[in-house]
Amino acid sequence: MHMADALISPAVGGTMWAATAGLTIYSAKKLKEDLDEHKVPLMGVLGAFIFAAQMINFTIPGTGSSGHLGGGMILAILLGPYAAFLVMASVLTIQALFFADGGLLALGCNIFNLGFFPCFLAYPLIYKKIVGTKPSQGRILAGAMASAIIALQLGAFGVVLETLFSGISELPFTTFILLMLPIHLAIGIVEGLVTAAVVSFVWKAHPEILTMAPTAPAARAHSHKPLLLGLALFALLAGGMLSWFASTHPDGLEWSIKGVSGKEELEASKAGVHGAMAWMQEKLAFLPDYDFKKPEEEQGAKSAGEQGEKKEESWPGVSAGKSLSGVLGAAMTLLLVGVIGLGLRRFYTPNKG
Amino acid sequence: MAGLFPPRLVLGVRMANIESSLLNIGYLETLSYQDTPLQRLDPRVKLLTTLAFIIAVVSFGKYEITGLIPFVIYPVALIAVGNLPPAYLARKILLAAPFAFFIGIFNPLLDRAIMVHLGPVAISGGWVSFASIMLRFCLTVSAALILIASTGLNAVCLALDKLGAPRIFVMQLLFVYRYIFVLTDEALRLVRARALRSFQGRGMGLKVFSYMIGQLLLRTLDRARRIHQAMLSRGFAGRIHLLRPLRLRLPDVIFLLGWSLLFVLLRGYNIPHLLGSWAGGWIR
Repeated sequence: MHMADALISPAVGGTMWAATAGLTIYSAKKLKEDLDEHKVPLMGVLGAFIFAAQMINFTIPGTGSSGHLGGGMILAILLGPYAAFLVMASVLTIQALFFADGGLLALGCNIFNLGFFPCFLAYPLIYKKIVGTKPSQGRILAGAMASAIIALQLGAFGVVLETLFSGISELPFTTFILLMLPIHLAIGIVEGLVTAAVVSFVWKAHPEILTMAPTAPAARAHSHKPLLLGLALFALLAGGMLSWFASTHPDGLEWSIKGVSGKEELEASKAGVHGAMAWMQEKLAFLPDYDFKKPEEEQGAKSAGEQGEKKEESWPGVSAGKSLSGVLGAAMTLLLVGVIGLGLRRFYTPNKG
Repeated sequence: MAGLFPPRLVLGVRMANIESSLLNIGYLETLSYQDTPLQRLDPRVKLLTTLAFIIAVVSFGKYEITGLIPFVIYPVALIAVGNLPPAYLARKILLAAPFAFFIGIFNPLLDRAIMVHLGPVAISGGWVSFASIMLRFCLTVSAALILIASTGLNAVCLALDKLGAPRIFVMQLLFVYRYIFVLTDEALRLVRARALRSFQGRGMGLKVFSYMIGQLLLRTLDRARRIHQAMLSRGFAGRIHLLRPLRLRLPDVIFLLGWSLLFVLLRGYNIPHLLGSWAGGWIR
């Protein structure tokens, strides 16, 4: 599932861009070290293969719906984590540019959710551990299923966290998690089955292809590095989530925060990620937002859906006259834009030279 | 990732859709072959301006609508100058809408506090933020599509390369893009052949599917080997040379600085509010 630009804040988009850019540069460097030149066109063509394979569907027995291949796990199994990550990044970039899947700012989030988790976590920690060096039908099935499901769950979890940190959507954490994880469990099972079926087909037809993925000692010696990086990032995300949680649901986590730090919850939330985000938002905004809700009011809005009247008092909103003038002004602006557009088109129309 | 579709889409309808959507990719690219002032600009400038636009748009607060409206000028002006087809772009935007829509539609359900009164109509904060999400969605997506329609993928790759993206990643993009057309053709031939031999849904299951994908994969790997040999025999030494000198000219600088300045101004001053209060005062 692709994150969209519309749902993320610049702070979240920028952070994920930075993380993804770091991973891309790191993967590019790793790949250069043991560059097997043969891999360069192979990677490109396999990226195109992922697109092509998504054109082919199959019916899922019993449900009457149909599924297709996602690709992250197959790429990791065929190419190894670094190359697979780069291929996934390029596939997602093309999807963002041509199909408007996601967006350019959300590209960092999408590459992270759909590339990092399968390539750097699920493949080395789950698939490789299960399948090992001696693949068998059963091991491939188990490995592909487990890794595909977990990679997708983590990806969905990433989507939830990124959405929450951005604060554009109103969905509360638990509802969103309960919405996303079961859907992605189903998708993950399908993805696992497909991955297992294709990998075992290739294994039977040309077993040597499956050993293309780097099993060289050099690659193995470094393989704990992305793991550490991943754990650090995960810890950062989890920590951020915890402090966010603490700041929006003061009654829920208060005791644990108090117990750990001995401080009041409010202070903790100000010093934590929330404070940092607010600071970044302040830095990013060129002028203070007159209609941006303060965090305290947001808390109120979240904890009380039905206390609408109380909230109306606490946040008076725009007066009737002001909002009418806003609508009038918006209409005038759009009209102006339309006129400018028509004028430009008339002025620049080609074939009239 | 793996998706779930309703059953009827499996056959003809979906196939037709896929073929036309692929043709559409080619179409988006051909738009960039036109010769207008927009297409002539340096690709780096267009890439950076697109990013500045997107960041400016998403930096607004979640309840902002009026402040976002003036930003419509950017896609409108580019569509006009670049001679791009608005209806086609609008269709592409709609196709990509579902995710933002389904996440956004929860806002009106969860945030019901009344925020704005328009005469007798009271509008809740949730609807305001939902409208804001959809507006941002249209703006950011149209900016990305316009970037490709005005620049083309090869030039975007060139810009990425010059701006310091890892070479191997840029090469990836070029390769993937080049072979998408070849391999999807092959995949569609497989799909058509299976559909013609399938009666009442026989053979549409996972088993045949995995054989098809497996075959396609084996053929792809073979093809990659042949391509590599062909490249080696033509002197490939690990990098693709993008031969197209890029030079920043005055119009490029004006485009980048002008739009960036406008985005900063529009971010700071709410034009519709200013216009509206001015017009309101004038009417009274």
